[in-house]
Amino acid sequence: MNAPGFAVRDLTVVLGRGKRAARVVRGVSWSVEAGATLGVVGESGSGKSMTVLASAGLLPPPAAVTGSALLGGRDLLKLSRRELEGIRGRRLGFVFQDPMTSLNPLLTVERQITEGIEEHLGATRRAARDSARVLLETVGIPDPDRRLDAYPHQLSGGMRQRVMIAIALSCGPDVLIADEPTTALDVTTQAQILDLVRERQERTGMAVVWISHDLAVVGGLADDVVVMYGGQVVEQAPVETLHSAPAHPYTRGLLGARPVLGRRRDQLTAIPGTPPDPRALPSGCVFFDRCPVKGDPRCETQVPDLVEVGRRHFARTFCPEDQ
Amino acid sequence: MLRFSLARAGHAVVVLLGVTVVVFTLMHLVPGDPVRVALGTQYTPESYEALRSASGLDRPLISQYFHYVGSAFTGDLGVSFRTGEPVTLVLLERLPATLSLAFAAMVIAVVTAFPLGVYAATHQGRISDTIVRVVSQFGVSVPDFWLGILFILLFSSTLGWLPPSGYVPLTEDPVGWLSRVIMPATAVGLVSGAIITRFVRSAVLESLGSEHARTARAKGLRRRIVRSRHVVRNAMVPIITVIGVQAAILMGGVIVIEVVFAWPGLGRLTFDAVSARDYPVVQGAVLLVATLFLLVSMAVDLLYARIDPRISIR
Ligand SMILES: Nc1ncnc2c1ncn2[C@@H]1O[C@H](COP(=O)(O)OP(=O)(O)O)[C@@H](O)[C@H]1O
Ligand code: SF4
Ligand SMILES: [Mg+2]
Repeated sequence: MNAPGFAVRDLTVVLGRGKRAARVVRGVSWSVEAGATLGVVGESGSGKSMTVLASAGLLPPPAAVTGSALLGGRDLLKLSRRELEGIRGRRLGFVFQDPMTSLNPLLTVERQITEGIEEHLGATRRAARDSARVLLETVGIPDPDRRLDAYPHQLSGGMRQRVMIAIALSCGPDVLIADEPTTALDVTTQAQILDLVRERQERTGMAVVWISHDLAVVGGLADDVVVMYGGQVVEQAPVETLHSAPAHPYTRGLLGARPVLGRRRDQLTAIPGTPPDPRALPSGCVFFDRCPVKGDPRCETQVPDLVEVGRRHFARTFCPEDQ
Repeated sequence: MLRFSLARAGHAVVVLLGVTVVVFTLMHLVPGDPVRVALGTQYTPESYEALRSASGLDRPLISQYFHYVGSAFTGDLGVSFRTGEPVTLVLLERLPATLSLAFAAMVIAVVTAFPLGVYAATHQGRISDTIVRVVSQFGVSVPDFWLGILFILLFSSTLGWLPPSGYVPLTEDPVGWLSRVIMPATAVGLVSGAIITRFVRSAVLESLGSEHARTARAKGLRRRIVRSRHVVRNAMVPIITVIGVQAAILMGGVIVIEVVFAWPGLGRLTFDAVSARDYPVVQGAVLLVATLFLLVSMAVDLLYARIDPRISIR
């Protein structure tokens, strides 16, 4: 397996300027190797999508992006638009959250799959159609010949997301970025999509970045997990470590918010409060307002560093839980 | 397709009936006696009564209405009080002038608005976008007849480049037609174009920010393809709507500009007919404009269905 992985280094995204500037991603670093899966979790609004969109140059111009996004030894943030277009879709496949709105309602399934194949692999229309048919079979769509001529509105949500995955896989990418791909789907379909991606990954050895607001979803899939809050990475660890020994109060809150077998649903301990406004971030720890610990005088005044608290285990808190 | 057309035709008939009721009522509520106006200096009590009964104006209003609608179905819209000519003929005579002016104006509007709107949207926030926005805002607020008068003063009175007014049919003298249509069509077209520009800009902006456009970019398609295949194409549905509305408005909205430029179209005809209380001509003209309106909106619906597979017409 010599396909390259993907890494972001010290990525920062600021939307807007002046007083209204929103610092939505602040110094985020993570990496994922070929064949591995990185889970990125955090509540809605924590900057997960902004991180991956910025890394591929998919944010609209008013965004100021710094840092680097490394794929196969190249920094995507330093490439020209033309060079980047050659990498997106070819080596970096994206699946987005809402398959209703992510597909073009005016084009057939065939066209939406083949256009990337034609662009990147120089395939003829005919050859691209054949590939598209095979791809639809691969992602588990029955009767692919008929589906090729369908429009998105004629497909179910699960089917549409399979089409999105077919598009993302169409050029054999090194990295698949899945931004909450199952959030809009029912539980059964969700499990099928998870299996599908896992199976594809085993065959191709691609790296997968799987974003979710739900630790449970990521738990069954990822090798390493990055927990984001308020635009920062607050904890990072192998998935087992994160479950057995969460170090950051926020991660512990997320774990507590999960329904656990044997516990009733009303005993769910969701974290009270809401995430910070990226236009008015606190001067101390980003989690301060909602933190049940606040066990250090520096909590309110100083931003904690991401420090190593165990083997391959990092947390951004003054009071890591040691278990 | 056939069912769609039939349904629309049925709908159109209902709308047109409504239009006849409104126009008929309005015309009879407006003060002024058409028979007196028509007779002018030849007025005598006898000639007055004779013309009144010949025109059917002595009958009850409701019976006049049913008689009118009944003949209208056969294409007979009555005769002009002023000239005694059949209204249908008068209207058909004037129709080409209006249609050709409206068409020229629409061409000017679309040809300027479409590229400007797309350009402004794809250069959002830049100085060029600001210029387009300011100019189009100005264009929206300027009355077309005022622009028309300005054109006459500049290009005819001062520079002497173009005839100030008048009309020759396109089929007889294309160059003559063009030299005369250009000023009124530009005056109307620029104002419509300003409205369309703003719509195009906002529709394209919305489409640019859509999630499927993001998907297209994430596929690594070239920017040109993203814009043409995924952004502008998807913005066409709202854009066609506003172009259709503008075209329909133009049919009835060229009255003032036709008067300013002595353009012998439906607008001019309506203006003269209203002044003369020539009921049949006014009613006929309104009915015709309403029909054109409906035809345009049907064409728009058919276009929709061609662009958007979610809209099915069977
Ligand atoms: N256009 C925008 N302008 C300003 N802030 C934005 C904009 N879009 C998103 N945000 C903010 O960016 C932050 C991160 O968003 P996002 O990356 O989408 O979060 P996540 O994917 O983790 O749910 C959120 O606080 C959101 O409110
Ligand atoms: S640094 Fe303080 S406030 Fe922040 S998470 Fe740790 S204990 Fe809580
Ligand atoms: Mg998101």
